[in-house]
Amino acid sequence: MNHDAYSDAYIRGILNTVKTIAMVGISPKENRPSYFAFKYLLERGYRMIPVNPGQAGKNILGQKVYAKLSDIPEPIDMVDIFRAAEHVIPIVEEALTLKTKPKVIWMQLSVRNNEAAKLAEAADLKVVMNRCPKIEYGRLSSEISWMGVNSRTLSSKRPRTLGAGVQRMRLGPASDNDNSG
Amino acid sequence: MAEAERIPGFATLAIHAGAKPDPTTGARATPIYQTTSFVFDDVDHAAALFGLQAFGNIYTRIGNPTCAVLEERIAALEGGTAGLAVASGHAAQVIVMHAMMTPGDEFVASKKLYGGSINQFNHSYKNFGWNVVWADPDDLSSFEKAVTPKTKCIFIESIANPGGVITDIEAISKIARKAGIPLIVDNTLATPYLCKPIDFGADIVVHSLTKFIGGHGNSIGGLIVDGGTFDWGASKGRYPMLSEPRPEYQGIVLHETFGNFAFAIACRVLGLRDLGPALSPFNAFLILTGTETLPLRMQRHCENTLAVAQWLSKRPEVAWVSYPGLPGDKYHALAKKYVPKGSGAVFTFGLKGGYDAGVKLVSNVKLLSHLANIGDTRSLIIHPASTTHRQLSDAQKVQAGAGPDVVRLSVGLEDKDDIIADLEQGLKAK
Repeated sequence: MNHDAYSDAYIRGILNTVKTIAMVGISPKENRPSYFAFKYLLERGYRMIPVNPGQAGKNILGQKVYAKLSDIPEPIDMVDIFRAAEHVIPIVEEALTLKTKPKVIWMQLSVRNNEAAKLAEAADLKVVMNRCPKIEYGRLSSEISWMGVNSRTLSSKRPRTLGAGVQRMRLGPASDNDNSG
Repeated sequence: MAEAERIPGFATLAIHAGAKPDPTTGARATPIYQTTSFVFDDVDHAAALFGLQAFGNIYTRIGNPTCAVLEERIAALEGGTAGLAVASGHAAQVIVMHAMMTPGDEFVASKKLYGGSINQFNHSYKNFGWNVVWADPDDLSSFEKAVTPKTKCIFIESIANPGGVITDIEAISKIARKAGIPLIVDNTLATPYLCKPIDFGADIVVHSLTKFIGGHGNSIGGLIVDGGTFDWGASKGRYPMLSEPRPEYQGIVLHETFGNFAFAIACRVLGLRDLGPALSPFNAFLILTGTETLPLRMQRHCENTLAVAQWLSKRPEVAWVSYPGLPGDKYHALAKKYVPKGSGAVFTFGLKGGYDAGVKLVSNVKLLSHLANIGDTRSLIIHPASTTHRQLSDAQKVQAGAGPDVVRLSVGLEDKDDIIADLEQGLKAK
């Protein structure tokens, strides 16, 4: 797996498959990137579970916070890690001990730990590093194009709106015209 | 895994990048969203948009779907991460500097720039306390010497207006990198078809879209491309708009939140929002239409220009021709590296008859238009000493490349034989 450049199909496949995402290291402060990403993914229909030992038992955006992954009483499809690279390995190790192993380990923008990636890949998990799922969702749904961002996607098919809204866009099935990352 | 995904070529991007069918109507051409404002889905959506938590449209001063297509299109053509469309090339420069500079700061700029930029840097920026330090692109060490702890960026043009100078982007980008500051390149004269400065180490690209990208002489516009290459947090506190909590947005740190397109976001939500030089959606539409044919037009512009420059260099009335596309030109080697497909369509030449011969030529041409713009389908001519540079002393005129004998051409898309015939009759006429 080349972790310098992911294909759009790989990222789209992950975001179209996972339903439950545990976000480790989420901040309760509404001006932090983790809070932004959590709120955005929650609004797009993902089941979002906050993990932060300092906030355990409290609620963030209406969702109960757990101290650690193994406290979560339901299966998780993806672990989204908002911690500095040196803290990633124990989180991945814990994820691999869960009764139902997650399918994806995702490390946030600026977070990269190759050793942790190897651990997860050895257990057949997919890995994404140094990316933000909010930005990737916005990019592949064309929503981020409202902001003049280079989505690196071309299509002669109409982007679809999400639900009743006019400005929220839906992540469609694999596009014929996804570019390489 | 899907099979290998294609990376589209330049001509494909020039037509398609940013322009999927309209999500609500299916319109295939990009609609002109001639509206000031956009309704919110609900109160939460409005709050998320104002708080930068969602991507979407609020008010055309901050963003507009027609302008957004143009932004993504040019960002894709330049190989950048995001774009921001503004009212003019001058506005693009102000918004870029506003995102980096605080009063008392300095920036280093090449001496060989569009005259309007020299004026903006020398005079208007003084009111903001932004201090320009000039360097000479023919002496790269002058850039290194000009950098001080107060320097926030370096500004150059890829092909310098009034043409004839190719700047060594890669060498200057190394000086910027060493100093820990970004390199800004005005790529107006080259366009991304001829040169992609980000490939040579530029961090930010600015454009006057008014010229070759729009290409038809009908709309003023500007654009900023974020290369996504500069680490705004590397030097604590040096670029507070990017790396410090912003009081305008509840303490958000933009470079943490938006990663490699944070600079474009800063320009939009701090610069454009508060300073206000938004591009009209109608102008964005006209410029987009021009962009679709950019590769074809630039090929013809360069072909015509080389023919005209070669012809002029053999004329008895002409003392010299400054076009890097000509073998033997001082900048020919740099042109081969940076603009191998052609040296653009703007260049200068000198008349042996001096000032009076220049006035006579611009008065006598019948096909070429005597005006101050460049980058039109039409061929354009100007005699700077009697027009744009009239207020300067003779010594200043020479220094600015606008001596009494200098004529500037912007070669258009007419038949090259007709352009040459008009210049011939203009040179011969009494």
